[in-house]
Amino acid sequence: MKSPLAVIVAVASGLIVLAGYFFSTPALISTRTTMLDWAVTLAGVAGLVSITHLIFGVHIRRLRESSSKRFFSLIVILVFLATLGAGLYLGPAHPDYQKVVTAVQVPIETSLMAVLAVTMAYSSLRMLKRQRNWMGVVFFLSVIVFLVINSGALAFSAEIPILQELLSGFHQIPAAGTRGILLGIALGSLATGVRILIGSDRPYSG
Amino acid sequence: MSQYEPLIGAAVVILFAILVFLLSRKKAVKQTGAVFRTLPGVKKMVRAIGLAVEDGTRLHVSLGSGSLIDPSCPSGLTGLAALDRIGQLTSTSDLPPMSTSGSGGFQILSQDVISQYAAATNTRDRMDATLAQLAGVTSFSYAAGTIEAIRDSGTSANVLMGDFGAEAGLLCEGAERLNTYTLAGSNSVIGQSVFMALSKDALIGEEVYALPAYLGVKATHQASLRVQDIFRLLIILLMIGGAILKVMNII
Repeated sequence: MKSPLAVIVAVASGLIVLAGYFFSTPALISTRTTMLDWAVTLAGVAGLVSITHLIFGVHIRRLRESSSKRFFSLIVILVFLATLGAGLYLGPAHPDYQKVVTAVQVPIETSLMAVLAVTMAYSSLRMLKRQRNWMGVVFFLSVIVFLVINSGALAFSAEIPILQELLSGFHQIPAAGTRGILLGIALGSLATGVRILIGSDRPYSG
Repeated sequence: MSQYEPLIGAAVVILFAILVFLLSRKKAVKQTGAVFRTLPGVKKMVRAIGLAVEDGTRLHVSLGSGSLIDPSCPSGLTGLAALDRIGQLTSTSDLPPMSTSGSGGFQILSQDVISQYAAATNTRDRMDATLAQLAGVTSFSYAAGTIEAIRDSGTSANVLMGDFGAEAGLLCEGAERLNTYTLAGSNSVIGQSVFMALSKDALIGEEVYALPAYLGVKATHQASLRVQDIFRLLIILLMIGGAILKVMNII
C-alpha cells in the first residue's frame, strides 16, 4: 500500500521545481533552489547509506561464507575503513588525502580504460557473428567508412573539390543520426518525467 | 533564450501530461487497442524471462552509473519500471531478480521496488538485502562491480537500462563471457553505440523508454508511447515546415 502523503509530497515537489524552471518569479526560484539543495544533500546521504549497505550487507556477509572471494571482501572492507578514517582525520579536501585517493583511483581506472579499448576492438570484430541482420551489417560498414574518413587517409581529397564536397556531406550523416536519436531520447525522458509527475509511475513506497 | 521559450516548454509539458492522462483512461485503452512494432530484443527478453523461471536462474537489471539528480535519470527510472515488471513476471521463480546501480538514490529506490513487488506477489520470504546492490560509485568501478555481481548470482539474462558510457563495453563483454543474454539500452549516444556493437540486442533512441510498455506494466506506459508518437509526428512536421520556409527565405 502506497502512502498518499508520499505521493502528494513527491508530485508537489516535482511540480514546484518544474514551475521554478519555467517561470522565473523570485519566490519560485528561491523555493526551487532550496528544494534542489535538499535533493543534493539527500542524494549524498543516500550514497552513504548505499555504501554502508555494500560494506556491511554484502561484503561482511561474504566474509562469513566459505567462498574463495572472502579475501577480496576483506581487502574491500579494510581499504574502505582506511579511506574513511583518513577522510575523517584529514578532511576530504586535504591535499594529502586527495593525492592518496587519486594515486590509487586514477591508475586503476586508466588500466580499465586500456582493457576496454582492447575489449572493444576485439568484440567489434565479432560483431557480425553476433548480429547477423541488416542493422549489424550497416553499422559495421559505417564504422569502417568513418574510420577511413577520419583517419586522414583521404587527405588528398583537399585537392579534388568534388571529393571534398562529398566527404563534407558524409560528415553530416552522423550528426543527423545523432539528432534523430536524441529527439527520441528527449521525448522518452519527457514521457518518463510526466509519468512520475502525474503520480502514475511511483518507484517509491510511503 | 527568448522570453517565450519557457512558456512553450511549459505548454509542451502540460499538453503531454493531459494527453497521457486522457489516453491512459480505461475507456481510451479499450477503444484504441495497442499495436506494438516488433522489437526482436524485447521478444528475446520475454523468452529469457520465461526460461529463467523454468530453469530457476536469475534475471539482473542494471540501472547504470547515473545519479537520481542528473538529467539522465529518466533512463534509470525506466530500468526501475522494467525491474518492477520483471519481478512480477518471475514471482514463481526460485531466484528473484536482482539489480545493481551506481548511485545511492537508485540503490535505495531499487530496494524499494523489490520489496514492493515482493509484498504484492507474496514472496517476501525469498527476498534478500543483497538483491539491490550499489556496485560502484564511478563508472568503471560500477562496471567491474556489476560483472562480479552477475558472476556470483546465478544470472542467466541481463537488462542493462540506464545511464551508461563507454564502460558498458566491459559489462557487455563480461556478460557474454558468463554466457548470459543481454538486452541493453542507454540514454547516452556513446552507450548506445557501444551496446550496438557489443551486446546481443540493443535498444536505440526512444525504444529504451518503451521497454516497460512492451513488458505490459501499466496503461500509462502505453499511453505515453502514443503521446510520444503524436509529438514525434508534430516535430517532424515542424522540421519539414521550417526547412521549407528557410529554403523560401521566409525565415
